[in-house]
Amino acid sequence: MSSNMETAELNKQRSRSKEGKLRSQLRIDLVGFAFISPWLIGFLGFIVGPMLASLYFSFTDYDLLSDPNWIGLSNYMNMFTNDDRFWKAIRVTLVFVFGSVPLKLAFALFVAMLFNTSRKGVGLYRTLFYVPSILGGSVAIAVVWKQLFGRQGAVNDIFEFLGLPTMSWVTSPDFALSTLILLVVWQFGSPMLIFLAGLKAIPKELYEAASVDGASPILQFLKITIPMLSPVIFFNLVMQTIQGFMAFTQSFLITEGGPLDSTLFYAVYLYEKAFAHFDMGYASALAWILLLICGIFTAFIFRTAKTWVYYESEGGN
Amino acid sequence: MNKSKKRRTFIYHFSIWVIGLLMIYPILWTIASSLKPENEIFRNSASLIPSIIKWGNYAQGWQGFGNLSFATFFINSTFVTTMVVVGTLFSSTLVAFGFARIKFRFRTPLFVCMIITLMLPQQVTLIPQYILFHNLGWVNTYLPLIVPAFIGGIPFFIFLMVQFIRGIPRELDEAAYMDGCSTFGIFYRIILPLTTPALATVAIFSFYWTWDDFMTPLVYLNDTSLYTVALGLQMFSDPSSVSAWGPMFAMSVASIIPQLLVFLFFQKYLVEGITAGGVKG
Repeated sequence: MSSNMETAELNKQRSRSKEGKLRSQLRIDLVGFAFISPWLIGFLGFIVGPMLASLYFSFTDYDLLSDPNWIGLSNYMNMFTNDDRFWKAIRVTLVFVFGSVPLKLAFALFVAMLFNTSRKGVGLYRTLFYVPSILGGSVAIAVVWKQLFGRQGAVNDIFEFLGLPTMSWVTSPDFALSTLILLVVWQFGSPMLIFLAGLKAIPKELYEAASVDGASPILQFLKITIPMLSPVIFFNLVMQTIQGFMAFTQSFLITEGGPLDSTLFYAVYLYEKAFAHFDMGYASALAWILLLICGIFTAFIFRTAKTWVYYESEGGN
Repeated sequence: MNKSKKRRTFIYHFSIWVIGLLMIYPILWTIASSLKPENEIFRNSASLIPSIIKWGNYAQGWQGFGNLSFATFFINSTFVTTMVVVGTLFSSTLVAFGFARIKFRFRTPLFVCMIITLMLPQQVTLIPQYILFHNLGWVNTYLPLIVPAFIGGIPFFIFLMVQFIRGIPRELDEAAYMDGCSTFGIFYRIILPLTTPALATVAIFSFYWTWDDFMTPLVYLNDTSLYTVALGLQMFSDPSSVSAWGPMFAMSVASIIPQLLVFLFFQKYLVEGITAGGVKG
């Protein structure tokens, strides 16, 4: 069997002249491009092309109905100097991202550590804690959240029983954003599962050796768990941050950006400009600024990664 | 010694149940409210036990509004979701095989492009895509929702499949190649059957994301008769049109039943998909 394969390999090598090699590389290229062609078409036609178009539109006053007129940097100038709601949207989105992402990841890690045991019933618990993440993004939950935290909702009912202050949380400018952050943190299931898989991959010997040397659980957590888990923390951090900047449904459905723009997510403002006012030029400019902000944050996380993310084996995929 | 261990086990389970109950409470509350008589929903609101079970909420809610019942929305959502799942499976397997197994020129830079689009916020392409679909006359049809799936619209799935295919031993391909199998034959006969678990993961995720998706249908569909469940429910729950809360809660529950069912039956693939993306990546 193996000698058969060897001779076949030899024959193949012999028959390959330089020209043949070139021709066969061309064939491989053709086959390769044929396989990736669906994505390539989508990438060029639905991503690169439209993005270039939107870069152009961001310098125009395009409104879908009339031809776009070149207005130079006006959209950007307006945005930075003249548009209070733009700054408001940036502030709200940053508070949302910095409020929800660390909380969500901390909670996910905490619960994952609780579940990293061979105790009975853990499988069931994992399921139970994941259910909110399955449903949390749906319109149904958004609709329910609004009532749950409304004036007559269950939350006030419980707070009243406990003697705590009650109010209409979703219509209060001070608390509406916190209500949305809570909704997002509640859906910590995916990072939790990823943390759990990461925790299971840490060799038990590390903890055993540390215990023998008398390291406290807190020290073990700081010196073993966190460094060993850092690639997973990194992945979760990047994904959740980007998702945070893109958040739309929660604000659009529950608070409609209000009250007093206190939950005006960037994505909601962009949607409003584009599809309520059909100010496509301005909205395109908004989209490019969003891309820039996301890019800066991602680049920042990637840059700092070198100092805190620990890879056991460089290389691999 | 034994006693303290028992106590610790008890505290462990007890605290998890307390947190778990808090976690699941909003969902239980939704289900409870969907079965309560109208006057009980916001009185003793926190209670999870209706005094009488009112199934009528479901029948009334199913009627929908205008002359559109929720049956229409469910049929629309089922159609869109099925097409997207099929399209995603089609494009992600082909493209992933190309990236994972064929050494064509420019493979690495193109793969990097794909990874970058993985992190591209949806809003950035939303407007130019809308303008494109508007000019193509696709607005107010299902095409903007379905066609992107067939051309690798969600790079996450391609990435997931690439990771999976890379884990299949290359010797299998080589043996088939020696036996005279074409590249497509290797894809179709060798790789595809071995990727079934990953295909299940991709199918389930694209089901979830499409069923849940609110923004895309909101942007592209104008005709209420084309609405998906997500849009229909949003309209149904609009404060200015809600006359009865019971049916609104009932339809909220109905809209998440397909997701719950898929979760119950295919949990394993879901968990695998999430962890494969994060840990092996």
